Amino acid sequence: MSFPWANEYKPSHPFMQWMDDRLPLPRLVFNSVGAGYPVPRNLNYFWNFGFLAALCLIVQIVTGIVMAMHYAANTAVAFDTIEMTVRDVNWGWMMRYAHANGASMFFIVIYVHIFRGFYYGSYKAPREMVWLLGVVIFLLMMATAFMGYVLPWGQMSFWGAKVITGLFGAIPFVGEPLQQWLLGGFAPDNAALNRFFSLHYLLPFVIVGVVILHIWALHIPGSSNPTGVEVKAESDTVPFYPYYVAKDGWFIGVFAIVFSLMLFYFPNSLGHPDNYIPANPMSTPAHIVPEWYFWPFYAILRAFTQDFFFIPAKLMGVLAMFGAILVWFFLPWLDKSPVRSGSYRPLYKKFFWFGLIPAMAVLFYCGGAAAAEPYVMISQLAALYYFAHFLIVLPIVSAIEKPLPLPYSITESVLGTDEAAQLAPSATV
Amino acid sequence: MARILSILVGLFFTVALAWSFGLGFYTWATDPAAPTAEHEFHLLPKEVAFASDGAFGKFDKQQLQRGFQVYKEVCSACHSLNHVAFRDLAQLGYSEGQVKAIAAGFQVPGVDPTTGEANLRPGLPTDYFPKPFANDVAARAANNNAVPPDLSLMTKARHEGPAYVYSLLTGFQAQPAQLLKEFPDSKTPNGLHYNPYFANLNLAMAPPLTGDGQVEYGPGNPKPTVDQMSKDVAAFLIWTAEPSLDKRKQTGLAVTLFLLFATVLGYMAYRNIWAGKKH
Repeated sequence: MSFPWANEYKPSHPFMQWMDDRLPLPRLVFNSVGAGYPVPRNLNYFWNFGFLAALCLIVQIVTGIVMAMHYAANTAVAFDTIEMTVRDVNWGWMMRYAHANGASMFFIVIYVHIFRGFYYGSYKAPREMVWLLGVVIFLLMMATAFMGYVLPWGQMSFWGAKVITGLFGAIPFVGEPLQQWLLGGFAPDNAALNRFFSLHYLLPFVIVGVVILHIWALHIPGSSNPTGVEVKAESDTVPFYPYYVAKDGWFIGVFAIVFSLMLFYFPNSLGHPDNYIPANPMSTPAHIVPEWYFWPFYAILRAFTQDFFFIPAKLMGVLAMFGAILVWFFLPWLDKSPVRSGSYRPLYKKFFWFGLIPAMAVLFYCGGAAAAEPYVMISQLAALYYFAHFLIVLPIVSAIEKPLPLPYSITESVLGTDEAAQLAPSATV
Repeated sequence: MARILSILVGLFFTVALAWSFGLGFYTWATDPAAPTAEHEFHLLPKEVAFASDGAFGKFDKQQLQRGFQVYKEVCSACHSLNHVAFRDLAQLGYSEGQVKAIAAGFQVPGVDPTTGEANLRPGLPTDYFPKPFANDVAARAANNNAVPPDLSLMTKARHEGPAYVYSLLTGFQAQPAQLLKEFPDSKTPNGLHYNPYFANLNLAMAPPLTGDGQVEYGPGNPKPTVDQMSKDVAAFLIWTAEPSLDKRKQTGLAVTLFLLFATVLGYMAYRNIWAGKKH
């Protein structure tokens, strides 16, 4: 499970020896996030976001459990119980804002984490399982966040739920009965609110489970690194403790400062004002938009405005919206380049920085804008590039591209020279 | 094989998008959406400053009391304040006795202790502000078929809420001649009132603050002009929407300063541990 030079766990205290013989939990921790886990020495700050994501998950679970103590999942009182929490519970306002902004922070962190993976080819062999589990976590996060946003039962909660569950209605033949079965009625109401609350409480713990698998799968080959060259020798790595505990540790401080500025000074800037209006099924908001972290996919959903042959536009939109994320599952097999890191892939790098990133930025912007021209046309072009990038550009680029020469090892890339490299026959070029 | 399949799927989505784009572009170029009066004449809220603005801003309690007075004497005739209890008014600087007196000035729904019949009784500090209408039907009947919204969260329920409230209250005016010239069908319907700060320009609410001195402020306060009263009630509604605003910012300052200190320490520890280790 690890490199031969990994430090071994040696309990010195008799109690810890006793424990190690019976339940080697401290050994597990030592080998996972302690001195027993060798990590490439050259990780940059993009590699801090995995640790931050775990932290975000914990923050959400803790604040969420406290919120749930004061919440009632009933359409008659749900909105009021949250206001009651904010006004009359000690530090209730802080819990509520921490939970709402914590969700946004979680998604910011996770988007950086995912795009780190795109750029550095983190999804490639032997880390396909790490990647696949990561996409599963992202899908679970989206489901959890969507249901969580429904719970305050404000205008956007209700209408967002109506629009999103309405998407299932686009599925041919079974769509409408499926939608009613999911909602427990013809429109979002008490039955839907109750099951959303139940699932919103359940799914985070499912996420914890998949995160454990994600980390387990990561620890088999070990972390990737910015060069994409695999670890070859002890000089390529440092033990996780103390090196990366210190690096992740201080960066948590940076993250916490950003989070607290959001929480204490701009707590409503990422939310929609309409969600401070209690849900009213008789009054449709002028613009129904989901939370910002769904905007790219919402823009893709709305980009399909015309029926395509025999497929209705709405169904195309739904297929594309889910397809836009499902395509990530196939990435390890679409990108056949033997080189992982975008830094050594001149052509891929261009498509990443001048194609994928702008397209994603445009989709973010258009997803939050009104469904009017010119935003729809712009989002259509961006969505077109998005699909072309993963399904057409990536397979072709990875076949024709001539990568730059790679360093022999991580040590060589850091120190400029590696003794082992001079001895290795392949390094004579 | 995988690549050919992938390219085919990619073509499916990109061609469908190109098709949507092409037809959309054609419609947009040949038959652009007609401009609407709402789009042309709606105004964003005016610039207005409040004591509670900014990272270090705090509520001006004197102003909140004036705003409360405006709410009590004007707004409360039609608008509820569901999430605010009389006890909360202590935060505006009222003494316990004053809060009791204010509460007692309102009639709240109660139960007659001898007969068990529903009745009205004077409010207690633990009571919430009573609703002006028994239900939405009654509210509609009295207000030209519009339900006056609850005001507790109003400044958080609109974009730039405090400025919006202030602009709406001071924004009533005659419909511009230019609007009627460009959109002859958009004349303000009978019973509605033109206000460019309202989303669809025509509002069921009649101008509530019509003249200077409509509310009498006590000595030591600014003159109760329409502008001043609007500002005061907007400030009051910032408080009703977020009573913990002052505490939130104070906490934020302490937390941020602590985090800065801890982060600097953490950074020095990091530099110390990695010293001599090139990476």
